[in-house]
Amino acid sequence: MAQPAATAGAEPQSIPALLARNADRLGDCPAYREKEFGIWQSWTWAQAAEEIRALALGMLNLGLAPGDHVAVIGRNRPAHYWAMIAAQMCGAVPVPLYQDAVAEEMAYVLGHSGARFVICGDQEQVDKVLEVQSAAPRIEQIIYTDKRGMRKYDHSRMNALADVQAEGRAAAQRLGPELDARIAGLDYDSTCVMLYTSGTTGKPKGVVLSNRNIIETARNTSEFDKLTARDDVLAYLPMAWVGDFIFSMGQAAWTGFTVNCPESPATMMTDLREIGPTYFFAPPRVFEGQLTNVMIRMEDAGRFKRWLFRHYMGVAHRVGPALLDGQPVGLIDRIAYGLGNILIYGPLKNTLGYSRIRVGYTAGEAIGPEIFDFYRSLGINLKQLYGQTEASVFITQQPDGEVRSDTVGVPSPGVELKIAENGEVFYRSPGTFVEYYQNPESTASTKDAEGWVATGDAGFFEPGTGHLRIIDRAKDVGKMADGRMFAPKYVENKLKFYPNILEAVVIGNGRDYCTAMLNIDLSAVGNWAERNNIAYASYQELAGHPQVYAAIREHVEAVNRSVAEDEMLSGCQIHRFLVLHKELDPDDGEMTRTRKVRRAVINEKFADLVTALYDGSSSVYTETQVTYEDGRKGKIKATLRIEDVPVFGEAPMQKVAAE
Amino acid sequence: MLDQTEGYTTADGRQIGPVLLDLRGITLRFGGVEAIKNISFDIRQGEIRAIIGPNGAGKSSMLNVISGFYVPQDGEVWFRGHKRGPMKPYEVARLGIARTFQNIALFDGMSVLDNIMTGRLNKMKSGFISQAIWWGRAEAEEIANREQVERIIDFLEIQNIRKTPVGRLPYGLKKRVELARALAAEPRLLLLDEPMAGMNVEEKEDMSRFILDVNDEFGTTIALIEHDMGVVMDLSDRVVVMDYGRKIGDGTPAEVRGNQEVIDAYLGVSHD
Repeated sequence: MAQPAATAGAEPQSIPALLARNADRLGDCPAYREKEFGIWQSWTWAQAAEEIRALALGMLNLGLAPGDHVAVIGRNRPAHYWAMIAAQMCGAVPVPLYQDAVAEEMAYVLGHSGARFVICGDQEQVDKVLEVQSAAPRIEQIIYTDKRGMRKYDHSRMNALADVQAEGRAAAQRLGPELDARIAGLDYDSTCVMLYTSGTTGKPKGVVLSNRNIIETARNTSEFDKLTARDDVLAYLPMAWVGDFIFSMGQAAWTGFTVNCPESPATMMTDLREIGPTYFFAPPRVFEGQLTNVMIRMEDAGRFKRWLFRHYMGVAHRVGPALLDGQPVGLIDRIAYGLGNILIYGPLKNTLGYSRIRVGYTAGEAIGPEIFDFYRSLGINLKQLYGQTEASVFITQQPDGEVRSDTVGVPSPGVELKIAENGEVFYRSPGTFVEYYQNPESTASTKDAEGWVATGDAGFFEPGTGHLRIIDRAKDVGKMADGRMFAPKYVENKLKFYPNILEAVVIGNGRDYCTAMLNIDLSAVGNWAERNNIAYASYQELAGHPQVYAAIREHVEAVNRSVAEDEMLSGCQIHRFLVLHKELDPDDGEMTRTRKVRRAVINEKFADLVTALYDGSSSVYTETQVTYEDGRKGKIKATLRIEDVPVFGEAPMQKVAAE
Repeated sequence: MLDQTEGYTTADGRQIGPVLLDLRGITLRFGGVEAIKNISFDIRQGEIRAIIGPNGAGKSSMLNVISGFYVPQDGEVWFRGHKRGPMKPYEVARLGIARTFQNIALFDGMSVLDNIMTGRLNKMKSGFISQAIWWGRAEAEEIANREQVERIIDFLEIQNIRKTPVGRLPYGLKKRVELARALAAEPRLLLLDEPMAGMNVEEKEDMSRFILDVNDEFGTTIALIEHDMGVVMDLSDRVVVMDYGRKIGDGTPAEVRGNQEVIDAYLGVSHD
């Protein structure tokens, strides 16, 4: 099936209009799939349009008014995507929320958006909404998808989604004209969605994105990567995240490709393998996790297999990226790569679920060069993009054939970029958000009168290629006591490229030297411990094990060596480090839901550790409050060791001075 | 002993029906040892009934009497208004009684899915040959049964381990698979022998929720043995307390908790 040709002038100006167009042109093509009861169930565009219309009629029947907000809290399921489109049809604004947020986080967003309707995935979400109802008094109706356990609830203002649809179907005659009028009233300036930014500082802000933002962005980027109705994506990232909205709603509606929803979050990897998406997006940690798994399994394999794997990965490393970029490759290398493809790469890609991948993106954090090269050498067209919620994701992205691990690519189609004097990156694009909901001050301070938006990231254009390179968050880039540049993220990323290190927090702004707090990766270090007969009873014990410390120390030293090579940033070498006794966790507020470290929170919470890192002591006793998954609090106690690491170049002087 | 009233309503508003299983004067001896001494109690339709007691009190023997594995020397077992004679375990299973075991009894080498499918064995009517050549009734039957099993997998949230061999699973999940297998038989009466033994707090909470959900969703009557008093008091509607083969208490959790004999049995007083 060919991609629907866009005829200028008569372009659909809303997602419901695109849905109608898809039902018309691609009626028999699969629109949504979901694995349930062990089988992939699918809906064509025509069927999906019918389901969505029934749901919209049902919501209308319950009194949904234009301009209302409809919160959607649940995992990626067709029904939840339908609920968002159905809300749009009624002239309302969908507001997807992070489903793993605890009740109090949810209370703020529900209260701030003033949602009248809430779509809940299951009983757990309903319970959370009921718990925070006092903070969000405007909630009138709860609609739930999964009926399990819901029988005993007071149903005076609560309905099952299927029942809402049934009532909608029954009311089709009566409410149909009203619904059609509301759909016809939608245009480019109507709000398409409101998404709350995770916010590394302060309260989340509601980013209002119009149909223009979403549809123009979807169109530009779909054309950039030549996406068609035959593509498949796996929708598994949080629905509250702008990326999922662009991929699974915007681009899906624009091109008409198929959105596949996993059976449950735990089966994501199996479902990925079964679907074999052609267009795939994942944050670096997913790729890192998969690579770690592959390496762990290879360590356990027989000697011949290990040799075969190493040999052909060597070939792939040499030849793969060149082949992918369309550069000339010798005949012998081509044959060796072809053989490797039969023996190693093909089966490996199949195991990972990447056999059919045409375009893959990673973003959100920097990806380790080794990890990036690993996937590209297998022939997977993995690229990087740079974006944020306020831009409807896309600011820059890498064109085919110009892919490198240390840049984020060229401006996306329709995006203008400029770099301010302090290095901060500004952009202006059709995807630039309308406003922060009920927050004109923040809107004004972020977006100027000409539409330029500050990204908050510092970066520069690489001379020659014109690719953008991001150094760090602009506000995190600081100065050390002696005036040298301090860019923590730059060093943290280098540390995190080691599979043993899950998270790193580098400290040093305004200080004499830099130090680091690290998290080990339990699966990687645990496996290593098992193979080396190191017994441990808990995460804490493993993290504090002398041999683990020794291994981590080697990594830090290697990072120092590589940081020392960069003249501008050589001051950021790590002089002292410790391994934390607990994993940094969004539930404890140490990270955002998208797993970005919150520096201020960490500096405050672990103030005693920071002090110890700078007062020269070799160990420190600490007590830390932790929050369990069910919201209860507890305390863990530990004595942490602090180790010194050699630094390279100019730095040793200061280390002596500090001790 | 036999109470013919129509049942009662629980504190959380569940309707408990008439007597499903009635045990009258059960005595079970192993040689000279009397494991169960003249015990009578009933289990009502839709109820969660706990049997508690110190180690060696005869709880598991009691469960084995209900499941038909042991035949008591004295006493009568009435199920759904009929007196039950000595039966083979599979005949009891056909009556609608399923159980899990204190020491997990799954097929380690088989996948989770296959293990649960064995719970459907009594529902399959096609013959050995038909099943072996996968033709005719066998195929349709397997599809129907598989669908039922998939619903249970979904219900117990074990989709991610569907194809994993049971031997590779951690203990808490094995327990859940055992529950799934018992549920696959669509029992009227589900017997759980220490469903939470050896679990950590989180696993216990999960299991408790599943037990309540099973009762709520399928209306299954549940009899369970459990040592964790907190769990028993939270879950069950009525509790039987046993000590040295005797019944020393029977009633709601609150009643049982206030019973002096029960307190003595648990805190330990000299038996002389």
